[in-house]
Amino acid sequence: MEVTLWVNGDRYRVDVEPRDSLADTLRDDLALTGTNLACEHGVCGSCTVLVDGQAVRSCLLLTVQCSGRSIRTVEGLATDGELHPLQAAFAAEHGLQCGFCTPGFLMLFAGALEHDPRLDHDERRLEETLASNLCRCTGYVNIRRAVLRAARELRGEASPGE
Amino acid sequence: MKPAPFAYQAARSVDEAVALLDEHGSAAKVLAGGQSLMLDLHYRRTRPALLVDVNGVEELVGHGVDDGHLVLGALVRHADLERPVVDDPVGALLAHVAPYVAHPPIRARGTFAGSLAWAHPAAEWCAVAVALDAEIGLHGPSGRRVVAAAEWFHGPHRTDRTAQELVTEVRLPLLGAGTGIGFAEHRRTHGSFAFAAAVAAVGVAEGRVAWARIAMANAGPVPVRATTAERALAGQSVASCDGAVSEAGAAAAREADPRPEPHGSVEYRRHVLAVLVRRSLRQALGSAAAQVTRPPAGRG
Repeated sequence: MEVTLWVNGDRYRVDVEPRDSLADTLRDDLALTGTNLACEHGVCGSCTVLVDGQAVRSCLLLTVQCSGRSIRTVEGLATDGELHPLQAAFAAEHGLQCGFCTPGFLMLFAGALEHDPRLDHDERRLEETLASNLCRCTGYVNIRRAVLRAARELRGEASPGE
Repeated sequence: MKPAPFAYQAARSVDEAVALLDEHGSAAKVLAGGQSLMLDLHYRRTRPALLVDVNGVEELVGHGVDDGHLVLGALVRHADLERPVVDDPVGALLAHVAPYVAHPPIRARGTFAGSLAWAHPAAEWCAVAVALDAEIGLHGPSGRRVVAAAEWFHGPHRTDRTAQELVTEVRLPLLGAGTGIGFAEHRRTHGSFAFAAAVAAVGVAEGRVAWARIAMANAGPVPVRATTAERALAGQSVASCDGAVSEAGAAAAREADPRPEPHGSVEYRRHVLAVLVRRSLRQALGSAAAQVTRPPAGRG
């Protein structure tokens, strides 16, 4: 089936099978391999992307369902070679080690912070969002710090100690 | 694994979806939120010839109040219920339970009606539906029918729906002022399936329990309504019902039909269910009491 996708602002026409997941199309047809695939059944969150601004598991969405929709992946976060505040915060706070889960976390929180710029003031929601994705290296403490730093940065507030 | 090949049709209306289901029968599967179906496709536990995508069917979007019921269209997502959708205790109950359903990205896609259609024994929404005597509305080739939640669940992943029918809405009775609500769940990690859960609604009038509704998730092959426990509470004084709450928990555990799992014997599961039923009841009694308007101060 022919499908039109908008990915990071670019228009793509792809010929896919109905069974192809959005994650597979991004990686195999569009060569956007920043979106990682691990469990392929919605548990780990490595494949999280934004569809119409909402963080979703791209392994649990068919490409044919995304016809005409606006998709954002980790490749679209940095602009003109400058890291997105979330990416800069993950680097500054050592929010990654092996890096496999990082694109998923970045897109998860890119969506969450756009939806609620004061997410860091809603403890329950913040914890719950952190728990949405799996990281097996960092133990979440640094990821949490990175999210707090990025949230402040995105609101134009100075981080403590700067 | 990747799914086995299938054909895909995006329905634009309920009639169109039903026509496709009528034509293809059990070879077709309905795709709504897809958060359970997609992983079954990946595992190849299910190999439909056709997926009927209903996400573009406007008639299934949104919620409203009709004839004393909160009506949830089949495309109401879990996330839509995180804030009360109606000014009635049923809205508060749904908002109380919603955070226990998976994670935010899953809740953004998965649907309330889809959970009832999937009929997983540990699903929170299925227990809520049974506790509240929800009604499930279906459209099929011969028209519309409504099924009571008590008749809906036939077994794990088995419901009263035929392969030719589409779930179009779920109707939840409004509970009315003075109703307390409660929900308690035990699970191994945040986002895991419920090891066990209990949902309660308690109607209070003049300081006494007028009625109670209790259901349990993962307490058997289908959600279990704890009718003996409900009767044990009716008529009790709210101020002194600790004993009745304990007895209700024990009665509910006896009514449950839990199966042994690697992490829990039948005895342990019954114990946990008794604890959860008591917790949900205490919450419900507390939230009912909080609604009682205190008489205005003054005149000594």
